[in-house]
Amino acid sequence: MSDDATHRAVEQAARASYGRLLAFLAARTRDVAAAEDALADAFHAALEHWPRDGVPAQPEAWLLTAARRRLIDAARRAQVRRDALPTLLAAADEAEEQTMPDATFPDERLKLLFVCAHPAIAREVHTPLMLQTVLGLDAARIASAFLVKPATMGQRLSRAKAKIRDANIAFEVPLSGELPARLGAVLEAIYAAYGSGWDDVAGADPRRRGLATEAVALGRTLLQLLPAEPEVRGLLALMLYCESRRDARRDEGGAYVPLSRQDAARWSRPMIGEADRLLQDAQRAKRLGRFQLEAAIQSVHARRAATGVTDWEALALLYEGLVRLAPTIGALVGRAAAVAEARDAAQGWALLQAIPADAVRDYQPYWALAAHLLARLQRHAEADTARERAIGLCEDTAMRVFLRQQARNPP
Amino acid sequence: MQCTILIHEQAHIIAMRNDPAQRAALYAPIGAYLEALKEAGVFVSGAGLEEPSTATELSAAGDGWQAQDGPYADTKEQLAGFFLIDVPDRATALAWARRCPVLPGRTVELRGNLCRPEEMQPALRAVQA
Repeated sequence: MSDDATHRAVEQAARASYGRLLAFLAARTRDVAAAEDALADAFHAALEHWPRDGVPAQPEAWLLTAARRRLIDAARRAQVRRDALPTLLAAADEAEEQTMPDATFPDERLKLLFVCAHPAIAREVHTPLMLQTVLGLDAARIASAFLVKPATMGQRLSRAKAKIRDANIAFEVPLSGELPARLGAVLEAIYAAYGSGWDDVAGADPRRRGLATEAVALGRTLLQLLPAEPEVRGLLALMLYCESRRDARRDEGGAYVPLSRQDAARWSRPMIGEADRLLQDAQRAKRLGRFQLEAAIQSVHARRAATGVTDWEALALLYEGLVRLAPTIGALVGRAAAVAEARDAAQGWALLQAIPADAVRDYQPYWALAAHLLARLQRHAEADTARERAIGLCEDTAMRVFLRQQARNPP
Repeated sequence: MQCTILIHEQAHIIAMRNDPAQRAALYAPIGAYLEALKEAGVFVSGAGLEEPSTATELSAAGDGWQAQDGPYADTKEQLAGFFLIDVPDRATALAWARRCPVLPGRTVELRGNLCRPEEMQPALRAVQA
């Protein structure tokens, strides 16, 4: 077999099974870094052996056996230096290896996802850990998506893995009582991958894809593992609604187009269709949550593709619900915008002003909306000041240009 | 913690300052950024720097200084200005660095300052004593 074909076979196995293999290995030893090393060794061994011996009938089982042997060897060496626990685990593992049929091994990715978003692990590292362990992304790619130096990201990931090992964090699915809170952390970490650390998902430059595709993949994985949880469907629906509009966020010249002026014909119908189905299924469970509400808000916007109009009254109601359930600054600003459109600018402005000033000092969408509403209220000097502030807080060139143009063409 | 946001620019960006029409386009977003820093209460100081060709460089040579025209190296990008900010943590500093208006040919560098000036005073006094 040629080297190229072997490489392809190894890559294929890595793409399809990396997360499952790693989750299985890590769940046994609670040592994610050791499991990663062992798995990396197994992939290297495959590159050596497969060209000579051919690609095995069950590549995953081959890789698993190779990786487990490495772990067992490492644990035996560690016996001299450390306590006996790793050795006992290894012994149990070795015994199990004799009895487990090669082709099947349990899917432990759900446990791994809960470990990544465990309360003992720093929040900022939940998402990077998931991307690295479940999807097999390398630290440099993750670092660049979060605009962090690769060395810093590498250190954060290593520290988190040491914590998992040293605190002996259990690889388990939380009991039903703890599940909502623990699942919330997993969902938030996946959503953070979608935004890749950017506040304003809708405004972000569509050319900078970040980790949107990876986040959707994590969402699909979670749904496959936890099909009965409506919030998981809600999150996936939310991400797909946002993805459906990616290409419409810039015009042909690269200029920023706000949601209300986007050409709905450029939205992806298949993605909207899939998101609609997910959201409908979720709502059948009659357990409303933050992500279902956020998805419902996006579904109202998506309906413009069919009806040609935006139902702002429905949006105002949904934002009202979201503010009660999860009063984030984003939700408060969104409600003010929806109320301003549904009723009048003065009511929207009153809601916007009620947000504590400390919370919005560097929150760009607040200032962009303030500029828009003040201009509609004919308070042009204040609108100009707010617009300058919004421009000063922008992370995106196209958005800066758009806001500058608004100063010349008030609503 | 205090951090410095350093703005490096290629010659063609620096040259935009000499053209009145381009100057407005260059300065308006920087002005808005400066105001946002001040309003958020993180601004300490900052300045745009005159063209690199006006620089004087003093280099330690033997037992004294040797003066020469700057910049000393023929690098692609030159220091064009800086903002000194005071923020709670590195993540906030990074968020502000991301907001610094970008143009093709501009690089923004974020550096942590070793310590606050007032914290340096005792150390300086110790050196002088």
